Amino acid sequence: MSDAKISIRNLYKIFGKSPDSVLALVREGLSKEDLLAHHDHVLGINDVSLDIQPHGLQVIMGLSGSGKSTLIRHINRLIDPTAGEILIDGEDVLRMSERQLRDLRRFRTSMVFQKFGLLPHRRILQNVAYGLQVQGRSETDSTRAARHWIARVGLDGYENHYPAQLSGGMQQRVGLARALATDADILLMDEAFSALDPLIRTEMQGILLELQQELHKTIVFITHDLDEALRLGDNIAILRDGAVVQQGSAQQIVLRPADAYIHDFVKDINRGRVIRLGSLVEGDAPEGPVLPHDTLLEDALLHLSDAPGQRVAVSDRTGRIVGGVDLKSAIRAIHA
Amino acid sequence: MDFLTTFPSMGRADLAALRRGIDAGFRDFSREWGEAIEAFFHPLLRFLVWFDNLLVNTPWPIILGAIGVLVWAGSRSWLMTLGSVAAFFLIGYFGMWHDTMSTLAIISVATILCVAIGIPLGILMARSNRAQSTITPVLDVMQTIPSFVYLIPVVMLLGIGRVPGLIAVCIYALPPIVRLTNLGIRLVDRDVLEAATAFGASNWQKLWGVQVPLALPNIFAGINQTIMMALAMVVIASMIGVQGLGVPVLRAISNQYLALGIMNGLAIVALAIIFDRVSQRYGQRLQAHRKGQGQ
Ligand SMILES: Nc1ncnc2c1ncn2[C@@H]1O[C@H](COP(=O)(O)OP(=O)(O)OP(=O)(O)O)[C@@H](O)[C@H]1O
Ligand SMILES: [Mg+2]
Repeated sequence: MSDAKISIRNLYKIFGKSPDSVLALVREGLSKEDLLAHHDHVLGINDVSLDIQPHGLQVIMGLSGSGKSTLIRHINRLIDPTAGEILIDGEDVLRMSERQLRDLRRFRTSMVFQKFGLLPHRRILQNVAYGLQVQGRSETDSTRAARHWIARVGLDGYENHYPAQLSGGMQQRVGLARALATDADILLMDEAFSALDPLIRTEMQGILLELQQELHKTIVFITHDLDEALRLGDNIAILRDGAVVQQGSAQQIVLRPADAYIHDFVKDINRGRVIRLGSLVEGDAPEGPVLPHDTLLEDALLHLSDAPGQRVAVSDRTGRIVGGVDLKSAIRAIHA
Repeated sequence: MDFLTTFPSMGRADLAALRRGIDAGFRDFSREWGEAIEAFFHPLLRFLVWFDNLLVNTPWPIILGAIGVLVWAGSRSWLMTLGSVAAFFLIGYFGMWHDTMSTLAIISVATILCVAIGIPLGILMARSNRAQSTITPVLDVMQTIPSFVYLIPVVMLLGIGRVPGLIAVCIYALPPIVRLTNLGIRLVDRDVLEAATAFGASNWQKLWGVQVPLALPNIFAGINQTIMMALAMVVIASMIGVQGLGVPVLRAISNQYLALGIMNGLAIVALAIIFDRVSQRYGQRLQAHRKGQGQ
């Protein structure tokens, strides 16, 4: 797709002494284990192609060591690839000069880190203003913007604290505010919430979703947590050994896992909160209640059991009735 | 079996010729360049003399006051401030004021010089592994070679006086500040540095906005060490014409004046303790934000 915000094409990254010498072997299908065992190189990214749409939230998921951090660091070229292309707004990141690259990082991308990456010797206000100062904005300008974003993430009153004085959750709010303050339209988040405990993590996800509704950034969000992926992601890509094994919406992945690895990944989740009625439509619509196609099964169950014949009609986006779903198939979908 | 018991050394005559050759070569070099090198160091001498005169000629109450203010600014401790002023008062009371001021002058100038050379050198080492592997052995030599050995060429080149003394002190006192600046910068958290890179910071912005500020506690430890080592050189430096507390100590050694030696020795110790405690306190205060105190 040419209208993608970020477009990654046939990306390879091999770590080791002379990556180019083993690239051909990897292209021919040499596995990560064999590459390490026989050639002493680590396969970081293996032929990844991914189009990330503007204003969407793309989740990249995978187990530890699957190459998530490596992949996201290619987007702002903190890591140089062994082969492949990365386009942002159609512009080749790999062809950028040192200067252009700096401008890309200053004005068009910003990043949130798992370990926060705050500057310990600066107060919160100066931390949030950091990106703006690097851009060369004036002191008053950057301070004003920083105050605004500190308020937006709910840290009013902490401007003059040092990072070490805040809890992990608060520190990551600072990280988020710092990233948002630069007005970059691409937000890269590498396991941004993984270091937080579950309650705080859910809260941060809420803050992110709320801000995104208004800001419409292009977000690349990395996580190893499926629940987080399902809650946040419009689109999810799953990595294994540096390769994308499946990508699609949450529902597509849950309903049709591409292989045993992904099946394992998704088997423990609450499917009722992922699958929507629209995917189960079968046969004619009954008389009686009508539910929209994007109703979650969990929410539909009560209506289904109350409906005459335990069957409801389903309407599409325009309100047109497209067919029906019965309780039995809904329960079967949840417990598959 | 002669071969095994006598080491196959160069012949006595050859060795003497070699040494003579080197000596003559260096003598020629110093004749040729001595004046130019002296001229090069002249501004340093002027500064040193000016600073020495300033300390010696300023009325003592003003100096005591200034010491009090500086110690307070560095340590924020009343006890330390009062202690330092009292120590200086006693030093003056026992007739060592003049020599102490001279020592203070040379230590200060040596420290300024070491910081001015050492920090940039340390930064260079931190940024390039090649620089690190070239400079480290030089620092090793500077720290381990007996000071008397490098006094010889320095004196041959520049004669006896304050500048050669200053150079000797600096050769000995420079390594810690270089090493600790390098170490401090290399120890800066990689995640923090990566964050700065990700926001588009240039190398310059990273150096002054992140690396140096975060390395500051280590750099300060280096400055502290440098001051201590400069003080340790005071007696040796006085052998080649540096004024100060080292001179009476030397006199005491050669004439077996016990009391004179002890008094001046204690004055040097007092200076060392004051410098050490104040700079350590200051270094600790710089780090307060890390532990989440200070505000
Ligand atoms: N600088 C490097 N040198 C050598 N190998 C590396 C380097 N960086 C990453 N790797 C390897 O590349 C692979 C992918 O690492 P990466 O950090 O991207 O994984 P990840 O999915 O982010 O894992 P985690 O969830 O633990 O953060 C791993 O096998 C890792 O050992
Ligand atoms: Mg990672």
